[in-house]
Amino acid sequence: MTTLELTAVVASGSFVAGALGALTGLGGGVVLVPLLVLGLGVDVRYAVGASLVSVIATSSGAAAAYVREGYTNMRIGMLLEIATTTGALAGASLATRVSGAVVAGIFGVVLLWSALVPAPHLHPDAAARPGRLTKWLRLTGTVPELDGERPYAAENVPAGFALMSLAGVLSGLLGIGSGAVKVLAMDRAMKLPFKVSTTTSNFMIGVTAAASAGVYLSRGYVDPVLAAPVTLGVLAGSLLGARFLVRAPTHALRWVFRVVLLALAAEMIRSAWTGRI
Amino acid sequence: MDEDRRLADRALEVVVARLLQGGVLLAATIVTAGSLLFLFRHAGDPTHYRSFHGEPHALRSVHAIVAGALTGDGRAVTQLGLLVLIATPVARVALAGLGFALERDRLYAGVALLVLGLLAFGLSGL
Repeated sequence: MTTLELTAVVASGSFVAGALGALTGLGGGVVLVPLLVLGLGVDVRYAVGASLVSVIATSSGAAAAYVREGYTNMRIGMLLEIATTTGALAGASLATRVSGAVVAGIFGVVLLWSALVPAPHLHPDAAARPGRLTKWLRLTGTVPELDGERPYAAENVPAGFALMSLAGVLSGLLGIGSGAVKVLAMDRAMKLPFKVSTTTSNFMIGVTAAASAGVYLSRGYVDPVLAAPVTLGVLAGSLLGARFLVRAPTHALRWVFRVVLLALAAEMIRSAWTGRI
Repeated sequence: MDEDRRLADRALEVVVARLLQGGVLLAATIVTAGSLLFLFRHAGDPTHYRSFHGEPHALRSVHAIVAGALTGDGRAVTQLGLLVLIATPVARVALAGLGFALERDRLYAGVALLVLGLLAFGLSGL
């Protein structure tokens, strides 16, 4: 394949991945690496490097819009970034020590999980009675609702912190945003309102990825010719996807996307197992 | 006081949003320019991503990338754009930290400083 052909194929594939990721809310980064590795035979390390850089673009692009809406909690995000960046540094250093097959295998398992994890639910009666740690760290806020501002407070802070470290490790090891794990930590463990969880998670993804991107770049995992179409394609796709979010048949798309994730997960695990990667 | 802080937080959020948007836009522009520059000269070159060789040292450190970009090398220009992209969230943490410090929120200015330290550790190899 020539450079021009590769650029065209990768850019269009990334565009579709970015659009689907934004439309379904499941994130496009998670299909990029399998697309490059299984579809185009790209080495896992190059694929992970390109994907990681693109994650920063989509996260920052979307965060700019979200922050304006006022759901993002910058203090909760900043505090949890201690956990995610530490995890990301550990994950990136792990990635330089294990073989591509191991990375691909773990990637397959994470794909499988993200295909099966149920959509986060709302918990409208989340207690706004902050505990001592929550009070000291001021992990509270309000969300705009129809009948005024509703207060909320973070619960289970240590559990949230631990899950965030795991999200960081996965991000650094696999070159993904691991938004699903971050939302899990904030929505399920810390009982934050859904909108706050998703927007704050997105806000943190860029910082988490930047921590490991330095390690990847200095180790020679980031190839500009491959990373450019991935980054520009995903960015354009996700911006367009977000724009049509309201009109799209989200439910049906989610199911389609889940089936795609399952198939990719099975193929990643099989390829890693049989040593094709 | 509470109301003051909320207004200050809101203003900070708007500045942060602008920074993120500007950073991504700048990075995307540089990456596009670099890619076009490279494709213009190397569109027909074969690709070599099946096996991992690692990038040349000219594309691994800030110093070498800037030097290469100044000579008009397409790959170095693209890599410079990716560096701007990586720098965007870092600048966001620094800006938020500064904002917290101006609000006299010592706890969160400290948290921001700690996150910056962790980021610096990750970027120290560049």
